[in-house]
Amino acid sequence: MESLTFRHTTAKPLAGTVPSTITGVVASGNLEVLLERVLPPDTCEVAIETPIAGYGPVWEAVVADFVARAQPGGIRISINDGGARPDTVSLRLLQGARLMEA
Amino acid sequence: MTDWRSEARLRDDRIAAGRAQADGKVVPATRAVDLLEAVLRPGDRVCLEGDNQKQADCLARALAACDPGKVHDLHMVQSGIVLPEHLDVFETGIARRLDYSYSGPQGGRIARMLYGGQIELGAVHTYLELFARYFVDLTPNVALIAGVSADREGNLYTGPNTEDTPTVVEATAFKNGVVIAQVNAIVDKVPRVDIPGDRIDFVVAADKPFYVEPLFTRDPAAMTETQVLMAMMAIKGIYAEYGIRRLNHGIGFGTAAIELLLPTYGERLGLKGRIATHWALNPHPTLIPAIESGWVQQVHCFGSEVGMDRYIRERPDIFFTGRDGSLRSNRAFCQTAGLYACDLFIGSTLQIDLSGHSSTVTQNRVAGFGGAPNMGSDPHGRRHPSDTWMKAGREAQITGDPMLMRGRKLVVQLVETFGDKLVPTFVERLDAMELAKKTGLELAPVMIYADDVTHIVTEEGIANLLLCRDADEREQAIRGVAGYTEIGRGRDRAKVEDLRARGIVRRPEDLGIEPLDADRALLAAKSIKDLVHWSGGLYEPPAKFRNW
Repeated sequence: MESLTFRHTTAKPLAGTVPSTITGVVASGNLEVLLERVLPPDTCEVAIETPIAGYGPVWEAVVADFVARAQPGGIRISINDGGARPDTVSLRLLQGARLMEA
Repeated sequence: MTDWRSEARLRDDRIAAGRAQADGKVVPATRAVDLLEAVLRPGDRVCLEGDNQKQADCLARALAACDPGKVHDLHMVQSGIVLPEHLDVFETGIARRLDYSYSGPQGGRIARMLYGGQIELGAVHTYLELFARYFVDLTPNVALIAGVSADREGNLYTGPNTEDTPTVVEATAFKNGVVIAQVNAIVDKVPRVDIPGDRIDFVVAADKPFYVEPLFTRDPAAMTETQVLMAMMAIKGIYAEYGIRRLNHGIGFGTAAIELLLPTYGERLGLKGRIATHWALNPHPTLIPAIESGWVQQVHCFGSEVGMDRYIRERPDIFFTGRDGSLRSNRAFCQTAGLYACDLFIGSTLQIDLSGHSSTVTQNRVAGFGGAPNMGSDPHGRRHPSDTWMKAGREAQITGDPMLMRGRKLVVQLVETFGDKLVPTFVERLDAMELAKKTGLELAPVMIYADDVTHIVTEEGIANLLLCRDADEREQAIRGVAGYTEIGRGRDRAKVEDLRARGIVRRPEDLGIEPLDADRALLAAKSIKDLVHWSGGLYEPPAKFRNW
């Protein structure tokens, strides 16, 4: 098990008012993403628990691209990874952000 | 005096020796070993019919049971190394040399035997290439083939899975060789004559029906959102833009997802009748919804697929069928169709390097080629134009007079950036090169060469390699769709953005596709059971795909 945390500053808060949501499932090759609107509006934090060690730089790149694209200010994100591939992680993060904007 | 008939006399001797084990042409399975020991001579070139689907398994077992003191040092020339017996014969010394095409299920063992020097390898071929050599320098002395039924004269019914049989028999029977067919049943009258009896010397009544592998069935239930996204990109960004009507699909989940998206997403884009109408393709169960929705005009097949026979019988306007109603497949003709008459090949692979060379070989598996490198290549013998072919040719840059330009076949690699167990698809150097070095091969087993590939589609986007003007642009275009692999993260971001501005790299949003819309709900069938419903109950999936 490896734990990783990334903090980013965003240009704007994530739109919408949904306080929290959860998407995905903890299954092999998949992941569960919890999003909570609990941080200052220019901050985003992503905490990851993954069973596969050694992919820090990949997670860092996936999270950085997601933040640049979605501008999820104010959101704390917790990921329970089941060995998902980076594109699946990316997709779940974007799905989560869309649910929060609803 | 020159002896012009030595081969024919040897053939007559072999047949006379074999007749001692037979009642006319018919031999019971219990005498198969005696028959082979009587007919075969040390050093013979032998085609043991192993296709990628049907297997002459009764004859394979008999060959493996021969006495290596009598039958040895054979040169096997066969398209598929599929059954354990295909390799057992190299361990016992019955066979020594091998020329073949495909070794899917035996890929791991064949790699070990190559490293261990137990097999003297000629070359790994594409199907059409090996078939061609049957008529030039690899003509079999003896062919061991499989059919569904035969009469006592040897007239052979090969049924829906005709596959390689006519080609193998043609090369052997007309050049002084001996043809031995195993059949599931000896009958008074065959449903149709696929191979005339005067080309068949012996008929072995097999102890059980020949084995057929359901190689082309992909369960929609296992398709992912990522595969749906890639299928949307391929349909909108390639099929629609080039107006692809004549095509071949590989056997992966990605192309199966495209098949299932035609009646839904394709319909929504108004593409019915404009794309995907004429196919060189096995009867993929995942094509059923597109056929039932009126998308498909006709399909020619390399082989059949387990469970599809009844469905095909009821759709003779679509498939090639005999007067008996069942499918007639032919691998050599269908490969030729895929090479010359299709405008697009799209398939998956395991590794792609920075120039675009691809391979399915990994260091401990040699899967062989099959047909992909043939269909996935630009045929320089083609002369007829089509809008698709001409558009691709223009993109590849016209020099000189346009009247003298060649078109281009579209060869598309559809890959996820990471494969199983997070193994990256994009690599600096193909494992195939390491394997070639270790086994002393002159050529690395490359599935599709870089200069044949026109597009790479990943979940990150489409790279159009036709539009790249130098090696550096090509490398950045490939890096630009390589996602979060090391190759992808090593991109020059500014250069990739420049390629994107020129339409060489295109993201889903550049195509008007929202990745979050990539939903499994778009699949016309979400399970094997749905496919059965689409077929009106005519598709009969094999047991391993029935989970209801």
